[in-house]
Amino acid sequence: MSIDKTTVSKIASLARIKVTDQDLDYYAPQLQNILDWADQLQEVDTTGVEPLANVSEIALTLREDKVTDGNIQPAILKNAPESVEGFFVVTKIVE
Amino acid sequence: MTSKLISMSVTETLAGLKNKDFSATELIKDHIAQMESCRNLNAMITELPEQALAQAAESDARIAKGEMRPLEAIPMAMKDLFCTKDIRTTAGSHILENFIPPYESTVSQKLKDAGTISIGKANLDEFAMGGSNTTSYFGPVENPWKSTTHPDKKLVPGGSSGGSAAAVASGMTMLATGTDTGGSTRQPASFCGIVGVKPTYGRCSRWGIIAFASSLDQAGAFARSVEDAALMLGTMAGHDAKDSTSANKKVPDFATLLKQDIKGLRIGIPKEYRVDGMPQDIIDIWEKGAAMLKDAGAQIVDISLPHTKYAVPTYYIVAPAEASSNLARYDGVRYGLRVEGKDLQDMYESSRAEGFGAEVKRRIMIGTYCLSAGYYDAYYTKAQKIRRLISNDFTAAFEKCDAILTPTAPSSAFAIGENADDPIKMYLGDVFTIPASLAGLPGISVPAGLDDQGLPLGLQIIGRAWDEVTMFRTAFALEQAAAFSAQPQLIKSVA
Repeated sequence: MSIDKTTVSKIASLARIKVTDQDLDYYAPQLQNILDWADQLQEVDTTGVEPLANVSEIALTLREDKVTDGNIQPAILKNAPESVEGFFVVTKIVE
Repeated sequence: MTSKLISMSVTETLAGLKNKDFSATELIKDHIAQMESCRNLNAMITELPEQALAQAAESDARIAKGEMRPLEAIPMAMKDLFCTKDIRTTAGSHILENFIPPYESTVSQKLKDAGTISIGKANLDEFAMGGSNTTSYFGPVENPWKSTTHPDKKLVPGGSSGGSAAAVASGMTMLATGTDTGGSTRQPASFCGIVGVKPTYGRCSRWGIIAFASSLDQAGAFARSVEDAALMLGTMAGHDAKDSTSANKKVPDFATLLKQDIKGLRIGIPKEYRVDGMPQDIIDIWEKGAAMLKDAGAQIVDISLPHTKYAVPTYYIVAPAEASSNLARYDGVRYGLRVEGKDLQDMYESSRAEGFGAEVKRRIMIGTYCLSAGYYDAYYTKAQKIRRLISNDFTAAFEKCDAILTPTAPSSAFAIGENADDPIKMYLGDVFTIPASLAGLPGISVPAGLDDQGLPLGLQIIGRAWDEVTMFRTAFALEQAAAFSAQPQLIKSVA
């Protein structure tokens, strides 16, 4: 798998991280090395092996569908970079 | 001269408080003084002297009334990955530099309820991503230990919980929380000559711990003895309705049960952990450790964990994939750093570009790539399948043994800056801790000796899932036999 600058640029955009041309030069060979190294996983025969996602094998439980918390608007907004009248404020998105 | 209060065990301290040999206020003041005199280590991101002294006054009042809690007034450091109500919690990142959580993590709450007093929020690798505590936005942490051959070199404390480990090793605190995703508690414990334990996945609630890789993250405990670590973990553990992956299982009394002898226990030695290029000192100490356990009555058995060599690359697919998803929440909208942009997308991208450091970005991008259309099965699903094989290896091995003995890390502490330009070399520092993490198993690092540079080396004991008791028993037996008593020079010179 070849990780060129175009690929890094696409990944960075998917990950919502702004990258400069200099960043692309920095990350491309590093990501390439890491993925080349990870390619050794392809030599393992995993035919018929179930992927392991939940190691604890604890079945997730359902809780009663009722409100357990609330009326904490000030706490929720406390760390907002910008808020007005109980809303988070962002750059205008509709022209 | 430094007070002897900073070198006591938790049980000695509790007895001294109860006996009124010293007050909680004196105890906390001495630890704050040690924290201030060791600021050059950069172990704390936020010091909390006022809160700590207010809590100490409360502890003294409780002691006077005969209402001591189980860990009354025990000074500790809280890894700055645990959300603490109304106290800045940064995850070692610029993006959370000014984040003040409106809530408290379950583990930190339990420790507080037991009477412990946090004197500071400990430095860490950014978002717990690193093995040397050099990726923190707040600067690297320095190990209190110095090499006898190169005493001028500043050494890493290990990572990611490097500040926590340095705090306990230097006598700033008696206990510290860590987290352990791939070795972030056990490896720094080894580098700093202290005990570090990661329980079974699900033993502690993850609620309020800033997430890195959710299927691997667990809270960890640092202490200067196995017994203290067991006391601390017992306090942290238990079911929490707020974390659906926390287990509804009874927590055994680790600190009492660990004193049972280990006669007849079978201790497995995995042949695959004898990796190329491992220093002779580490091989020797591993063999010595096995001999000590044998002398204590255990039976040493050879075991095989055939997929060991795939554990680190498996981890470096699974963990970044989960991280890329977990860290998507930092978008500059609801909390954290915002860098204005020409539109919303530009604001997201600029905030994340400025807010995250290089290692975090590297991992987010690896994870994003592995989860992207066309590569998901080749990388992520493949890694999850190999994770199953690694877990199966342990299941098979535990039919032949009751606990596993390995080195904790393939090296002792290295110099700050070493390995910095080679991510893979840095990743391989977790070669012995990652397999147990992938399998969700408990592991503990116990200081076992010094290498030829006078630096501490730890041995790791891995237990069966939910069998921390056997792991602690083995660790305690090893600790008794190894009788590790060395301390960093900075303590020796003032004691």
